[in-house]
Amino acid sequence: MSDVQFCLLLAALLFSIGVFGLLTRRNAIAILLSIELMANAVNINLVAFSRVHGGATGQVFALFAIALTVAEVAVGLALVILMARQRRTIDVGEATDLRG
Amino acid sequence: MSALEILGMSVLALVVLGGALGTVLSKNLVHSVLWLALVLVATAGVYARLCAGFLAGAQILLYAGGVITLAIFAVMLSSRMEGGPILHGSAKQGRGAVVALAVAALLCGVLLQTELSIPRDLPVVDAAEIGRSFLVEYVLPFEVLSVLLVAAMIAALTIARREDP
Repeated sequence: MSDVQFCLLLAALLFSIGVFGLLTRRNAIAILLSIELMANAVNINLVAFSRVHGGATGQVFALFAIALTVAEVAVGLALVILMARQRRTIDVGEATDLRG
Repeated sequence: MSALEILGMSVLALVVLGGALGTVLSKNLVHSVLWLALVLVATAGVYARLCAGFLAGAQILLYAGGVITLAIFAVMLSSRMEGGPILHGSAKQGRGAVVALAVAALLCGVLLQTELSIPRDLPVVDAAEIGRSFLVEYVLPFEVLSVLLVAAMIAALTIARREDP
């Protein structure tokens, strides 16, 4: 097995662990952390395929993805802080105001 | 791969996967964030193994520096508002494990069946080439990205700001 394939397998397992966290966690910050794990797995994939492809495009794409994730985390954590201030809890099961 | 390379890569993989499990299973939220920091730093090692040195540096600066700091801030602020350290359990772990195992089996099965033809002597992409493609080929997405980052920062400030100064 080449090291690229090894990295792809590693990324697949990392993604699955992220899915597990996303499905089982109730805390909003922990859910964001699980999303980070999944985004990280995707970035490993991008870099590995860029290695196969041989150009800079994959790495440029991974850098874009990293910057987008940072923006997403900033907004997400701001929402979590707002929720903690208004409701005194960050359990996502408690956020039911928009339930029909 | 030589034996030493295999050993190094296996250690990296173990650190990444163990840290990820710690992130999703740890009861204390601060511990979760610290496990995630370990995963992100080890991922930088994986990037370095894939000959992406610049990306490894960016990963440590942006992720381990920026995201982890933000997450620690959020944990501290929200635990102060909730009163006491945040202990968080996980619900429905059985069902989550089933779905995660199914995803893992699907992805790994496809990966192991696929024949990747990897050329032998690949050129290493250096930072100069990445910079060139940022400023020539992808200059418009690059500028749009900077606008997006400013918008996201202003949005985060506006959302999280106290109503009464």
